[in-house]
Amino acid sequence: MIEFENVSYAYPTTAEDALGPVSFAIPAGQVCGVVGASGSGKSTLASAVAGMIPHVSGGRLSGEVRVGGRPVATTPLADLVTEVGLVVQNPFNQMSGAKFTVREELAFGLENLGVDRAEMVRRIEQVLEDLRIEHLADRSPFALSGGQQQLVAIGSVLVMRPRVVVLDEPTSQLDPASATLVFGALDALRRNGITIVLVEHRIEQLAELADRVLVLSHGSLVLDGSPHDVFTDELLPDLGVSSTRYTRAARRAAERGLWPESLPLPVLLPEAVRGFGAGLSVEHTP
Amino acid sequence: MRSDIRVESLTFRYDERVTALDDVSLVVRQGERVAVIGPNGAGKTTLAQHFNGMVKPTSGRVLVGDLDTAEHPIAVLAAKVGFVFQNPNDQLHAKTVSAEVHFGPRNLGFPPEHARHLVERALESTGLTDLADAHPHHLSLAQRKMVAIAGVLAMDTPVVVLDEPTTGQDSVALDALATIIADLSLRGRTVIAITHDMDFCVENFDRVVLVADGRIVEDGTPAEVFAGDRVARLPQVVRLGRELGWSEQVTTVDGFVDHLAVTRG
Repeated sequence: MIEFENVSYAYPTTAEDALGPVSFAIPAGQVCGVVGASGSGKSTLASAVAGMIPHVSGGRLSGEVRVGGRPVATTPLADLVTEVGLVVQNPFNQMSGAKFTVREELAFGLENLGVDRAEMVRRIEQVLEDLRIEHLADRSPFALSGGQQQLVAIGSVLVMRPRVVVLDEPTSQLDPASATLVFGALDALRRNGITIVLVEHRIEQLAELADRVLVLSHGSLVLDGSPHDVFTDELLPDLGVSSTRYTRAARRAAERGLWPESLPLPVLLPEAVRGFGAGLSVEHTP
Repeated sequence: MRSDIRVESLTFRYDERVTALDDVSLVVRQGERVAVIGPNGAGKTTLAQHFNGMVKPTSGRVLVGDLDTAEHPIAVLAAKVGFVFQNPNDQLHAKTVSAEVHFGPRNLGFPPEHARHLVERALESTGLTDLADAHPHHLSLAQRKMVAIAGVLAMDTPVVVLDEPTTGQDSVALDALATIIADLSLRGRTVIAITHDMDFCVENFDRVVLVADGRIVEDGTPAEVFAGDRVARLPQVVRLGRELGWSEQVTTVDGFVDHLAVTRG
């Protein structure tokens, strides 16, 4: 669904490449996490999938990015938006600025595409329900909290029904409950076969959702594997990526002979409970 | 002069209709490390913006040391309470990182040599020494956030307020933030941070204040606050302890492993 072939990119104002050269392919329906230190090229990669690079940003792009078999660089953005949607870090940047209610904001992209009114209403109501933001439908997008705005920004991408959704740290401004809501919405997208590229710092929730994780460092792809393999890799701390507290606790416990040698290190809670619970008589709360 | 923060029956309304803070009372003593948590829109930032007088109470009062924030301009309060905004773009104006970080101490009238020392220390602790000559707007959002933090550290205020310092930060920056908070605390400074990162919260703060719907609904140690069921997503270590059926409340990785060793005899 997404192919990067020897892709390098430099922003217009910098000499150094922000990304590349990188080559990889993401099959349709895969949820692919992207992690790495600040400045490692995560946002650049996300922008390149969504066509913001080179259409909006300019700069020097070499190699080829294809989405659904179409070269992104030569496909007009107007044709790309129904193929791939982008959700950025700051929801404020995603608002049209022209609409007075959340419902109108969600309609903005569809109006520009000339989608039939009945269809438009159906999609908007569906997205309001999926994201559980029906109660915000008639409020001004600008009177919402940052977290609520991000849900609207995600909604405005989802109404376009793209086959690929790219999200660049979509939960960074959200409280844990709102972030859980977003991950729930992404899980629903995954079950609908939508391909997802997700730049995310919440390692635990990313590991629960993703099929695969790419790790970038200084613009290069340095790790590519299952969430379990990537998030227990010993190189991780040097790459500026956090591991979960379950992994850290097991690693610390292993040093003291308190983690079963036969078990791999855990990334998620259930694996940690199995490992730490093994051979342990459980204390009971009085 | 101690810079305890006293919030007395603080109510704040905007548009005359919306009550953002509703009869909030709170004392933060000099040297405490306090995390303020709660849902988006709960009033956390509005509460914190009262600490340096950026926002004035509709009723009630806020004292920093013996200064009533309603009666003193921000310029005076800024010497007591440094405030790092959630969005660094609200805060950065200079052409280089170094000039940006110099802005605060120069404004406070510190002697140049002292200011230079504070700026160097702030750049070092935020990992920005090598970027001192860079233009803040050429940096990533996460790096700009560190610039904003450095700018406030360089003002050497008795109280430092950080509004969501961990947002978008990589593990290197998170480690740097933990060190900064520990260092401020060692030097007797008060650190108040608004955060959505519960793991960071339990590892770096002694006290947790949970704000919901404009009120303080929990206030205690991390173990106390996370023992209840009011928090949407508990810290990972707390969840792990619960799943293992431990009656002892553990909150940090070290605490967990120590307790594990005890249970294994």
